[in-house]
Amino acid sequence: MTQPLLRVDGLVASYGQLQAVRGVSFEVGAGQALAVIGENGAGKTTLFHSLCGLHGPAAGDVVFDGEHVRGVPAHDLVRRGIALVPEGRRIFPSLTVDENLRVAEDQHRRRPSRARRFPRARVYELFPDLVAAARRGGHQISGGQQQMLAIGRALVSEPRLLLLDEVSLGLSPAVVTIVYDALAAIRADGMTLVFVEQDVHRSLAFSDHLICLHKGTVRLAGASRSHSLDAVRRAYFG
Amino acid sequence: MQLVETLLNGLLVGGLYGLIGLGLSINFGTMRLVHLAHGDLIVLGAYFLVTVLVPAGIPPLVAAAIVVPALFFVGWTLQRFVIGPSLGRGVLPPLIVTFGISTVLQNILLLGATADARTLQSSLASAGITLGGLTVPTVRVVDFVVGLACLGVLLLLLGRTALGRALRATSDDRETARLMAIDPRKMYAAAAGIAAATGGVAGVLLAATSTFYPSTGSEMLLVAFEVVVVGGLGSLTGTFLGGLLLALAQLLGARFLGPSYALVTGHLVVLGILVFRPQGLLPRTAP
Repeated sequence: MTQPLLRVDGLVASYGQLQAVRGVSFEVGAGQALAVIGENGAGKTTLFHSLCGLHGPAAGDVVFDGEHVRGVPAHDLVRRGIALVPEGRRIFPSLTVDENLRVAEDQHRRRPSRARRFPRARVYELFPDLVAAARRGGHQISGGQQQMLAIGRALVSEPRLLLLDEVSLGLSPAVVTIVYDALAAIRADGMTLVFVEQDVHRSLAFSDHLICLHKGTVRLAGASRSHSLDAVRRAYFG
Repeated sequence: MQLVETLLNGLLVGGLYGLIGLGLSINFGTMRLVHLAHGDLIVLGAYFLVTVLVPAGIPPLVAAAIVVPALFFVGWTLQRFVIGPSLGRGVLPPLIVTFGISTVLQNILLLGATADARTLQSSLASAGITLGGLTVPTVRVVDFVVGLACLGVLLLLLGRTALGRALRATSDDRETARLMAIDPRKMYAAAAGIAAATGGVAGVLLAATSTFYPSTGSEMLLVAFEVVVVGGLGSLTGTFLGGLLLALAQLLGARFLGPSYALVTGHLVVLGILVFRPQGLLPRTAP
């Protein structure tokens, strides 16, 4: 791997006395996809929140594009190019679908120096389901549309690293296919992805590399093709 | 005819009441903050106009235009450096901080301007407008028109601008707003500045409409509370309608039961709303 876009080294994150992430290390190269798997409570969401600045890590290092960013607040990290699609989508309910996209785009417009690869029009191309729902309230659309919107909203902030927490949780198979087709298109544009996916088979198929977390530590890591489904399942369940 | 006159006056007074409540509604809608010093900020605006700007020879209209940005600055500064650090630590700390600001402001006004009654001396106070055979005080019409205009400007600001979208997003979900590169502290300061600016407008109208004292802020706060409760927490249109309803109730109470019953009638309407429609007339529709 050449110079990684993201390097995480010995990351520790806690909630009071509880250490949710215990010395996690990994690297992701530009344009690659890393799957993060693990059972509930393994520390996946805490890891993501630590990477995007929502949760302050207690120790360790996070280097993004050569810069040490541990402790940088979330609103600043977005400007530097790290966006999170949060678990549960967290759509703004009082804003329409289009406003949910615009509120992210508004902030990007203040930084005209960065090239725009994902204007709203591109999001509507990726997710045509959102076009008809554009004027509906964020709380009035289906779970699948909310996930599309959450991904689109992260994209219009023009990230270089996209973190997706629980890509397919609660979605119908048809919507999962739409979402992964869009993610494949985004990857083809050179986007770097780090994603949490409960479907181990899909995780292996879609990623270049994989880490399996268990009780806050990395139980298994490496190229996705080098691991059998059985080996991953053994690591997954400890 | 007297009933029509009472209803008309109620609506006109309601414009000012609605305006008084708008600032409290903005603060609560954005930050879930009950700003106990909002009434005192209104009175501060009135004092700034009457005791500083007008005596300095500045024409009242120009002076009024200075009060509004000045109050924005006061509200923004208080939020950024005094109230902001107390947010996110439970309900009580920001309440105590805003109560402290209220006490400090009242005492500063008492020290600097004495306890004497003040008002803005202008020809507007004694002028009247005849509408369909009824004569209403011009100043009341100005109160209503300015209050309605403020509501319109705020609705446009929140609904059509990038700042408005960012404010609503922060109000919905502060943490997710940060993921959109929005700094909630800046949004809260902007919201507090805007709320205080509406207080500045209300302060100018208060000065032009009636007499006031350093302690008038407490009365303004009570009006703002009642207006927001009647209208619905966090809804600006509801707040304005709440102002109209409260003023109508007060004036109808005064008309039919006697002047001393005006406040009681208003309180009874608030009580009735709390019992039968606790979410207010127009609560926020989103969950």
